[in-house]
Amino acid sequence: MKIMTCPLNGPRNIQEFQCGGPVKAMPGAQDSDTAWADYVFLDENPRGFVREWWCHLPSSYWFIAERDTATDAILKTYPASELFAPEKTVGGSQ
Amino acid sequence: MPFGLLKYGLSKEYPARRQFPASSEMKDRYDVVIIGGGGHGLAAAYYLAKVHGITDVAVLEKGWLASGNTARNTAIVRSNYLTPEGVHFYDESVKLFEDLSNEFDFNILYSKRGHLTLAHTDAALRTARWRAEVNKHLGVRSRLIYPDEIAEICPQLNMSRDVRLPILGALYHEPGAIARHDGVAWGYARGAFERGVHIHQQTEVTGIETDNGKVSAVQTNRGRIKCGQVIQAVAGMSSEVARLAGFKLPIRSIPLQACVSEPVKRFLDPIVVSGSLHVYVSQSSRGELVMGGSVDPYTLYQARSTLDFKEGLMGHLLELFPFLSQMKVLRQWGGVADMTPDFAPVMGETPVKNYWIDAGWGTWGFKATPVCGKRMAETVASGKVPELLQPFALDRFDRFEQLGEKGAASVGH
Ligand SMILES: Cc1cc2nc3c(=O)[nH]c(=O)nc-3n(C[C@H](O)[C@H](O)[C@H](O)COP(=O)(O)OP(=O)(O)OC[C@H]3O[C@@H](n4cnc5c(N)ncnc54)[C@H](O)[C@@H]3O)c2cc1C
Repeated sequence: MKIMTCPLNGPRNIQEFQCGGPVKAMPGAQDSDTAWADYVFLDENPRGFVREWWCHLPSSYWFIAERDTATDAILKTYPASELFAPEKTVGGSQ
Repeated sequence: MPFGLLKYGLSKEYPARRQFPASSEMKDRYDVVIIGGGGHGLAAAYYLAKVHGITDVAVLEKGWLASGNTARNTAIVRSNYLTPEGVHFYDESVKLFEDLSNEFDFNILYSKRGHLTLAHTDAALRTARWRAEVNKHLGVRSRLIYPDEIAEICPQLNMSRDVRLPILGALYHEPGAIARHDGVAWGYARGAFERGVHIHQQTEVTGIETDNGKVSAVQTNRGRIKCGQVIQAVAGMSSEVARLAGFKLPIRSIPLQACVSEPVKRFLDPIVVSGSLHVYVSQSSRGELVMGGSVDPYTLYQARSTLDFKEGLMGHLLELFPFLSQMKVLRQWGGVADMTPDFAPVMGETPVKNYWIDAGWGTWGFKATPVCGKRMAETVASGKVPELLQPFALDRFDRFEQLGEKGAASVGH
């Protein structure tokens, strides 16, 4: 069993979580169809470091996880507020 | 024949024919370079040489031939898809598959079994009916059947209504088949080699060079190769290799796992799939039950096996076949599947000229090996994407013209 540490609930079986995909900047309403298609469908899909949205399903708690897709290591998990705090710049598109 | 076999068996010299030499000398230029020595890359090389007389071709494989998903899949071949584009495409593949052993003079153990997609809910029945109608309309043998007939076709199934998810009906697809997957790769490799194609194993592509937006060379761990055209057919590594060429794909690499049981006397004819229970099973010609389920829950470039997968799969399988509870699992493995958002592949043009893509094969690409190889070869030879492949273009996502094939995926993902 693989364990993921939820920032709210502590270490839990990874089956309790769902991955919400990579953190990336959303285009604006004015942006082109191509920009939106890129955002919705295309993926960097790197072999290595990823920063993603994850949800702990039983508690409906969304947070950020950093993983290595080459080694299956979970590097770090933390509340989304750390990434999106008003005084900080957004994680940006990646 | 039995005496011939005895003589063969007792012969001192190893009598098996060597299919092709382990390596050929690498030239510094080829007309066509194919990245990826799986079934798809090898099939494209074969048809380029055989149908189009283009033999200045190199297949570059970073590991061993067909060591990727080609030798990891559960070898199910069918054409009961949902979109007309998909049905046309896979139907051509099934027809090519049926004659492949003859064409290769090499037995790929193609075995037509019939394919049952069980429906346990009203929604699943609706999708089955939809697929059956689309299939029939396009001349593919599929129909919706009900419990009485299911029990006749597969008497081993637990048809009791006293279970969590009783079987309400099924999509029955008679042409559904299984084949020996590595035999397919070897057949194509041998046929390509005999016609002059170079096959380079242990040769990894590490860079792509372009000149004026047109591909001009590939860099490898064994040096640089100039080339006229490239086909990229690397399945789970698609995004990484496309990055070398400078473009992004609508693909996520997610492991898909499978396992086989110990071999037992043949008892199961059809291939049985249950979307709601996330499980599929068939019995190989060796007697092993070949079993699989849904893709893993997150992206990963690793073909590792997990206990979670096995536990989930077995629980569901026992609902369908309770008498298997004493059966032992012999082997378990995984492969990295190149999943697209609409469960349809990506074939044809890319932003780089003369650089053709063959990707997005996810959990469904083995059955497409012959048709994809044949039509990608046609694409390279003519410089034009054939009509059959056009709906699968990479830029369909820019046009919001996805193919919506998820309803025909073998199990709900
Ligand atoms: C467990 C499992 C079950 C499946 N079951 C089915 C099924 O029942 N039916 C079905 O139709 N499909 C099934 N599939 C999907 C099917 O196996 C694949 O879609 C298909 O085999 C893809 O073939 P390919 O030749 O494109 O890829 P592969 O066979 O993976 O070949 C790609 C090759 O490219 C090589 N490569 C990668 N990067 C580089 C590089 N940089 N340089 C050189 N070479 C490189 C790899 O080493 C690999 O050998 C299954 C897949 C899995 C994992």
